Amino acid sequence: MGDLDNLSLYEMLSGLRRGDFNSLELTRASLARTERLDPCLHTLITPTPELALTQAQAADQRYREWRREDPSATWNLPSLLGIPVMVKDVLCLKDVRCTCGSKILETFVPPYTATAVQKLLDAGAVVTGKTNTDEFAMGSSTENSAYGPSRNPWDTTRAPGGSSGGSASAVAARLVPAALGSDTGGSVRQPASFCGVTGIKPTYGRVSRYGLVAYGSSLDAVGGFARSAAEAALVFSTIAGHDPRDSTSANRPVPAIQLSSDPSLKGLRIGVPAEYFIQGIQPEVEEKVRAAIAVMEGLGAVVKAVNLPHTRFALPVYYLIAPAEASANLARYDGVRFGLREPAEAMWDVFKRSRGAGFGAEVKRRIMLGTYALSAGYYDAYYGQAQKVRTLIKMDFEQAFQEVDVIACPVAPTSAFRIGGHGDDPLAMYLEDVFTLPANLAGVPGLAFPVGFDRDGLPVGMQLMGAHFQEEVLFRAAHAYQQVTDWHTQAPSL
Amino acid sequence: MSLTLSEVEHIANLARLELSADEQARYREQLSAILEYAAILQQLDTSQIQPSGTILAAGLPLRADPAGASLEVQDVLRNAPQAENKQFRVPPVLE
Repeated sequence: MGDLDNLSLYEMLSGLRRGDFNSLELTRASLARTERLDPCLHTLITPTPELALTQAQAADQRYREWRREDPSATWNLPSLLGIPVMVKDVLCLKDVRCTCGSKILETFVPPYTATAVQKLLDAGAVVTGKTNTDEFAMGSSTENSAYGPSRNPWDTTRAPGGSSGGSASAVAARLVPAALGSDTGGSVRQPASFCGVTGIKPTYGRVSRYGLVAYGSSLDAVGGFARSAAEAALVFSTIAGHDPRDSTSANRPVPAIQLSSDPSLKGLRIGVPAEYFIQGIQPEVEEKVRAAIAVMEGLGAVVKAVNLPHTRFALPVYYLIAPAEASANLARYDGVRFGLREPAEAMWDVFKRSRGAGFGAEVKRRIMLGTYALSAGYYDAYYGQAQKVRTLIKMDFEQAFQEVDVIACPVAPTSAFRIGGHGDDPLAMYLEDVFTLPANLAGVPGLAFPVGFDRDGLPVGMQLMGAHFQEEVLFRAAHAYQQVTDWHTQAPSL
Repeated sequence: MSLTLSEVEHIANLARLELSADEQARYREQLSAILEYAAILQQLDTSQIQPSGTILAAGLPLRADPAGASLEVQDVLRNAPQAENKQFRVPPVLE
């Protein structure tokens, strides 16, 4: 049964169809592996084994019916039927507690399911648990989770990255072949890089945010993890699409992602931005990323220098806009309708005490930052100015994508840092995201995938960014790269 | 850009956050550092630039608003810390 964990998503699907094994066996193997490894890795806040087994049995029933009726027509089988997956604990799943990594929602049980999660369920996936996250998705390591940090399977003294660190760690450790995350400033791409897996942050509006607990509403994107671009593409295709319940959801069809076994990248124009290869990056990160770009060039791509001149302003822009939006989005946690309520004589004290007790330090910091940036007298100088610089950052990308099809760069300045490594300095942690923030500000898609290991054996990732709604180009490029390299097939020994 | 303790108190009040004296002092320092850093945005001339409140090109779509199925009252109240008579029970608003 140990072999089942190492199968790719596609191998699992063919195996299920052929009857080599069934979903119950696959799910039990996943649950057993999770039970064995999660006391160390802590990928999950809420395991859902009974739900998973029920769903697995339903999947097996569906396969049996399909075999009886028409075993030649695979096209009418749901695309992820019987596959165990995990979901970041900021996405609602009806009747399963959703904590957002916070004490303030410790006992909150959503009465509805997020659209992206429902799409996974409709595709037949089996949900084995809700994964750990920095509180309300604010953080880059899961150290801000009120439930304790997750660990990087490559070196368990190190962070898996964040905020979707639980999902990234679970996929890297082969607990599940796919998991959902969310990315507001890099929270899918950075943990993907730290954990040596492939992670997609789709174009803003490509995947419905209905049921994603809001952090920064103009920045949030539901994304996914898998062990290869081809597998991540399947997850992406499953969750993408218009949703009338999300008014920012793009009303355009989701193209079927065609990935060829021919690794040629002839015709692909890759832009390399000088602003992303600055001093201070770990030398091996730059080395591996440049080597990967060279591999793609060898496959026929054309590489040219591009400029994204406002890159260095992305960090301050983000740390004004995201907290501002968060201060509004987190105003709902007041102890009135749901979540923690601390007792008090008067209403306002209930608000203050519940929020004071229920929110962690980073969340409080960002709420305060955002409140200040939006407050009377400061709005124009801070939030207003940030919004204008955001326009400049967007324009940088629009300009660049007139000359190139994708932009290639590092995901993070370093490989995975030690848990506790950033001490008490919030700014130091914020600098982790310098290369990922711009994509959220501009709304463009970004794909992170492994391109090597550093001298400590820690994964190094690379990022490809594309123009709006051009995820297919990103998947195609990464898939080609993954056909002539094998970084993505390496697994940590656990 | 250094915040005073009284400014921190004011923001915490706006945000309805109860902070200990310790937290107030710590956040004063940390927020001042972050705001100081954010001041580099002032370097840029944005007089001709439109703000981006969103990256949606077309703005938000409108739709008709017909009555339809919504959440059942018992589901809405299920997470309530205190509920009574199909209502959320709260302490009085005292000024």
